[in-house]
Amino acid sequence: MGRYSIADILLKAAGGNKGWPRVWRDPAPKPEYDVIIVGAGGHGLATAYYLAKEHGIRNVAVLEKGYLGSGNTGRNTTIVRSNYMIDGNTPFYEWSLKLWEGLSHDVNFNVMLSQRGQLNIAHSNAQMDAQRRRGNVMRLHGIEAELLSREEVQEMVPHLDFSPQARFPIYGALLQRRAGTARHDAVAWGLARGADQRGVDIIQHCEVTGFLRQGERIVGVETSRGTIKAPKVGIAVAGNTGHLAAKAGLRLPIESHVLQAFVSEPVKPLLDYVIGWSAAHFYISQSDKGGMVFGGDLDGYNSYAQRGNLPLIEDVASAAKAIMPCVSRLRIVRHWGGVMDMTMDGSPIICKSPIDGLYINGGWCYGGFKATPASGWVFAHTIARDEPHELNASFTLDRFRRGYQIDEKGAGPTPNAH
Amino acid sequence: MLRITCPYCGARDHSEFLYGGDATLVRPEPGCDDMEVWYDFVFLRDNPRGRHREYWQHVQGCRQWLVVERDTLTHEIFSVEPARAPKKAPVLTGVAAK
Repeated sequence: MGRYSIADILLKAAGGNKGWPRVWRDPAPKPEYDVIIVGAGGHGLATAYYLAKEHGIRNVAVLEKGYLGSGNTGRNTTIVRSNYMIDGNTPFYEWSLKLWEGLSHDVNFNVMLSQRGQLNIAHSNAQMDAQRRRGNVMRLHGIEAELLSREEVQEMVPHLDFSPQARFPIYGALLQRRAGTARHDAVAWGLARGADQRGVDIIQHCEVTGFLRQGERIVGVETSRGTIKAPKVGIAVAGNTGHLAAKAGLRLPIESHVLQAFVSEPVKPLLDYVIGWSAAHFYISQSDKGGMVFGGDLDGYNSYAQRGNLPLIEDVASAAKAIMPCVSRLRIVRHWGGVMDMTMDGSPIICKSPIDGLYINGGWCYGGFKATPASGWVFAHTIARDEPHELNASFTLDRFRRGYQIDEKGAGPTPNAH
Repeated sequence: MLRITCPYCGARDHSEFLYGGDATLVRPEPGCDDMEVWYDFVFLRDNPRGRHREYWQHVQGCRQWLVVERDTLTHEIFSVEPARAPKKAPVLTGVAAK
């Protein structure tokens, strides 16, 4: 498997596009590895990729109960941004965005990063103040941010409701130009290919059913394809972190909730930016195929079901219509649910667990996709060096016990309110 | 739509209810000064994939707090009972009884 290149594409095209090799191997699990990562989603694959690339640890297995990228990696609304305000979050998400900017070249696979800009719309003077404060925090961290007036927003996104009778009048917006979207499947495929080329075994349809212990230490996993040993086991199974951690005897500050996303029938170019709405929880962008991609709040009750319920669909549709009345006649062609690890402060957990040999990457709430590269980067560092990277030093499990929650929204320990 | 059979009002859509979370947690005594106990109560959850006992309040009905046992994977509801044990079982009358 060589590098993809223009020459390669032209050569294969001349040969009728036959002879493309498979993109990653399908190996049987070996009895033992140096590191096992559970979960072949974006985060697990990124972890394996950076373990091999940055730390030279190539004897790695990534175990996946379904098929690669079948969980939340393919269920999000593909938004990538770094407009976070709280200490701990801001530099982490900015590093993630920097990694995104080089990811296609790095993995030699086009993840179709589209830095089209994201606007957080404000609907009152108070919200303008909040956006101004957020923008200032970002700029102090060296992240560009622009506060836009109502007129500037109207010029950029004329289809929002600027009418005098608008239910939520638009006062302005905070713009991050480097934010945008990426093709989520390509992220999983590109990272899988990159990891595989460096020797990582990606083992699909291999469900972890328990942990192998030696004294207190975890030294491997029991799976549907037999026992696999490793001195270090990292779990990157957001949505099911609580379920898997329970098998290791851990209770976590996490509840699993279902979050829905929606896509409309494709239409001609209508929305050039990603829009975040501050009047209620709602976000919308237009995919490269033309579909309007949008989502809102959680359904609100604990759920491991990858499907949502009707009241939330009505809620999200009414939000869409309130901000962009012209979408009211669009048909929703698909909607789906993903299971979120909702933590007690809305921020992730990436750390060594209290059990030796077990490392946790989870608790991504709504925000996992944009964090994919940095999450893998710092998790690989944490596993390889047995200590956190400075960028995930705040994302510990014991921050809740010690009173150092990273509560970006200020919602308190109420997971379904983040 | 989940259909929750309120013991006071009958079967209703879950959109009439407010979700109140894990009902197996036991609130520490107000005077408890053991931070580990509070940490456990405030932050940690069993978060089961399967049967889950949880609070729902019938805010658009009788406003009673209920304990619902529901499967978090299939959403099947096994039982609904008043969160506060009533002195005698509620008797459904009129429309609700049907």
